[in-house]
Amino acid sequence: MHPALSASSPAGNYLDWGVIHISYTNLGIIAVMLLLFVLALLLPFPKATDLRPARVERADDEREDRP
Amino acid sequence: MSAAPPAPLAHRGGQPTDGGSTWTGRLRDRIAHTVPPGQALPDRQPAYVDSWIYVFGVATLAALVVVVGTGILLAIGGAAWWHTSSLGHFVNSLHLWSVELFMAAMVIHLWGKFWMAAWRGRRTLTWVTGILAFLTSIGTAFTGYLSQTNLDSQWISTQAKNGLNAVGVGAYLNVLNPGQTLLWHIVLMPIAVGIIALAHIVLVRRHGVVPPLDAVDPRADRAEAVER
Repeated sequence: MHPALSASSPAGNYLDWGVIHISYTNLGIIAVMLLLFVLALLLPFPKATDLRPARVERADDEREDRP
Repeated sequence: MSAAPPAPLAHRGGQPTDGGSTWTGRLRDRIAHTVPPGQALPDRQPAYVDSWIYVFGVATLAALVVVVGTGILLAIGGAAWWHTSSLGHFVNSLHLWSVELFMAAMVIHLWGKFWMAAWRGRRTLTWVTGILAFLTSIGTAFTGYLSQTNLDSQWISTQAKNGLNAVGVGAYLNVLNPGQTLLWHIVLMPIAVGIIALAHIVLVRRHGVVPPLDAVDPRADRAEAVER
């Protein structure tokens, strides 16, 4: 059998910390997602050319019985 | 003497009217009033939407379009095609990575909405449908992993079988049956995700994008005052 197909070949590198058992690949993906989340909060959004005043009022204001 | 027939829609200015006693009329009015006028496909948003954190919802939707499109191509080509041809490998990879982006964008969207308390202002159902879409998507991704028709899918199915049997799900979904898992993945689960995602989007358009916690939302303030 090819060494890569044997059951003893490692499936990846894992972090073992108490009850946490996670591959470094998945840990890295989660870290990138957290970084994206923080950047999304901090980085300024490009300004659009149309800067008309915001309109928060909705047409369903009069119908408060909606779910 | 019988009542005069209702005027054609064109004679009423093309505007939705009281649907009356017919189910088609009631359904027409229901559809017409589900979303406020002009909000189905709006061309402007409140100023607070000018933030990257508001991008991840539509990024999730864009990724879902690619997921469905590549999934259709994979269904047309079949397992032998996506395993043996270079184009099949490419489409298979597009399907995988669009799912990765879909799930990542959806989770970041979820984080943003959770810390924004996005259920404010009568948006509870919007929040609930979002959670349902997330959970259903996990099931769809899971059955997708089971449908790869390779050693990976066999390994995952044998591991999942024990877990699903332990919680009683195995009586309904046999993950060792590739025919059942494939049909769940390409028929049942996409229909469920599609319906829930559509309901979620309609509710977002119906109630508007949730404002940040420190933004003034007269509509939400009024609703809370009514509840008090």
